[in-house]
Amino acid sequence: MVIVYIDHFDGRAVPASWEALNVGRGLAEELGSEIKAVVLGSDVEGIAQEAKDYGAGEVFLADLKVLEHFRPEVYTEAVTQIVQEQGAEIVLFPTTGRARELAGMLAIDLDTGVTPDVVAVELEGSVVVATRPIYAGKLLTKEVNQARRPQILTTRSRSFQPPEKGTGGEGVITRLELELSEPATEVQGYKESNRGTSLSDAAIIVSGGRGTSNNPSLKPPPEITDEKEQEIWRAHQGFELIGELAKVLGAAVGASRAAVDAGFIPYANQVGQTGKVVSPDLYIACGISGAIQHLAGMRTSKTIVAINKDPDAPIYKLARFGVVGDLFEIVPALTEALREKLDKA
Amino acid sequence: MNIVVCVKQTTDTAATLSVVDGEASYGDAALVLNPWDEYAVEQALLTKEAEGGKVTALCLGPDSAEDALKQALAMGCDEAVLILDAVFESADTLVVSRALAAGIEKLDPPELVFFGKSAVDSDTGVMGPQVARRLGWPSLNLVAAIPELDASAKTITVERLLEEGRQIVSGRLPAVVSVVKEINEPRYPSFMGIRKASKAEIPRWSAADVGLSGQIQPALSWPEILAPEKSEAVCELIEGGDASEIARKLVDRLVEEKVI
Ligand SMILES: Cc1cc2nc3c(=O)[nH]c(=O)nc-3n(C[C@H](O)[C@H](O)[C@H](O)COP(=O)(O)OP(=O)(O)OC[C@H]3O[C@@H](n4cnc5c(N)ncnc54)[C@H](O)[C@@H]3O)c2cc1C
Ligand SMILES: Nc1ncnc2c1ncn2[C@@H]1O[C@H](COP(=O)(O)O)[C@@H](O)[C@H]1O
Repeated sequence: MVIVYIDHFDGRAVPASWEALNVGRGLAEELGSEIKAVVLGSDVEGIAQEAKDYGAGEVFLADLKVLEHFRPEVYTEAVTQIVQEQGAEIVLFPTTGRARELAGMLAIDLDTGVTPDVVAVELEGSVVVATRPIYAGKLLTKEVNQARRPQILTTRSRSFQPPEKGTGGEGVITRLELELSEPATEVQGYKESNRGTSLSDAAIIVSGGRGTSNNPSLKPPPEITDEKEQEIWRAHQGFELIGELAKVLGAAVGASRAAVDAGFIPYANQVGQTGKVVSPDLYIACGISGAIQHLAGMRTSKTIVAINKDPDAPIYKLARFGVVGDLFEIVPALTEALREKLDKA
Repeated sequence: MNIVVCVKQTTDTAATLSVVDGEASYGDAALVLNPWDEYAVEQALLTKEAEGGKVTALCLGPDSAEDALKQALAMGCDEAVLILDAVFESADTLVVSRALAAGIEKLDPPELVFFGKSAVDSDTGVMGPQVARRLGWPSLNLVAAIPELDASAKTITVERLLEEGRQIVSGRLPAVVSVVKEINEPRYPSFMGIRKASKAEIPRWSAADVGLSGQIQPALSWPEILAPEKSEAVCELIEGGDASEIARKLVDRLVEEKVI
């Protein structure tokens, strides 16, 4: 049996959960085995229903108050119980911060391996041969768990096809009353919950680098006298333009580390080896030179567009399209051109 | 307060990697303290400076990994231990987490154990949670801030950086905290620190020293390492005319190529 863990936040499943479910379905079919899903939380019946619609043969639903907030200890306890009870051969998770942690802890409970952030899978008999990036994608490794069970893997967002909705439906939802211990942590609340697309799920990303602050003709208001603050102010104007372009495209906003370190934009937006690794259909890099650590985070984007003043910037080595020019002119022009195009369509 | 920080030695992030005889090769690139772990070390030091106590850096690795521990000492850690044994050569996270947990249990009991978010070579990002699970302590993962730490009440409150925002969680000590980059700005080693570190004798513990004799069979193996396909992209420069013309041309090309 293949079990897929459905990760969700604020009442919505993360899209990568469905991708994982689809991977699980493929593996189960090939193995002549069953595909099941696990949904944990409080008030999450809708998500269980969705898992069924997406093709899970059986959905284990633990809808309990103690599971209201993601807390790794109690969530691990729940998944461990279900996986043990069912005797799953393969357990899949989407690669999110939460699910990766859960997968790691489940592996400890069950004394087995965990293969995070998988980008491809194939079967050799009953053994999953997984491919995953290492060294920030500079290399790939195949990884297998020959002897221990279950095989635990997390699948990278946007590396696999999501399933068609409505392809399942035959399945059942089984409600579980689990005996769970009250964990030693308490969730006090959330802040800065951005409701937009997360970088890892975005189909399009527009990113800004240090170049976003480089517009000497912009005069900061006189009350900003500190040079660093003036630079940040300029960069905010740059990111404003990037934000508008992103809005027209329905894209998420990314950044280079230089932009983050200089205080232009929060760390959560950083793309790269020490930020997020992303793989959108379209990545537009504005005022980003293309340092190796940045490229490591976005090199698998399907189409890369670079906008940079410097024709020799290394980013052009990876870009499909390049515009050599000032982002303060090109980015708003691009926003305008896209608006025109969309109006006509 | 006793504090432990787990650090790994990795290749410099600027290294070029290739496959040589089926193995990953980083040529003559430098080996460094895993960049994420600099934040973990810094947080351990900040905590010690606020609460008193000592910081021990713990690493499982080969001979060369002593340099990563020296870097941690130079930044200000008080002690360092290297877990080193030939049996760990093909270790996976299952084995390393067991050895690190055993190492931590052999040290003076800590209240906090810090980890980096991920190692930039293996990119697994599960070690903190796995060690926490083995120790039976709360796993406070992806921590971007520690707004509260009360050593006498043995409580801690952290902000976890999730994809959707920050989750504010409080828990009891002892706890495992894995940090992300936003949490602080790592210090540079001082001149005195470097001198002290260069003279330090770093104890080495074998698998047997930390009480592991059996249970060190990895679950995973790596039958093949591959170089990714070279990107075929040849950059097409969009030029001619003013910004709006260029922008329109670019949009047309993106539409033609079905990108948008
Ligand atoms: C351990 C480690 C980890 C790292 N991790 C990451 C990471 O995760 N992500 C990351 O991004 N970096 C990372 N870096 C940093 C990386 O090495 C680079 O320093 C960084 O990516 C540079 O950012 P940048 O391209 O924005 O800035 P720069 O390299 O300064 O480039 C700015 C670019 O903007 C262009 N420009 C300037 N003005 C304009 C304008 N008006 N219009 C158009 N173009 C303009 C310039 O020509 C230049 O190419 C890491 C470094 C280390 C050592
Ligand atoms: N061999 C090791 N020795 C000590 N700490 C380690 C080791 N491997 C990983 N870690 C710690 O675990 C974190 C996550 O690593 P990983 O799960 O390997 O990506 C790192 O940032 C380190 O803090």
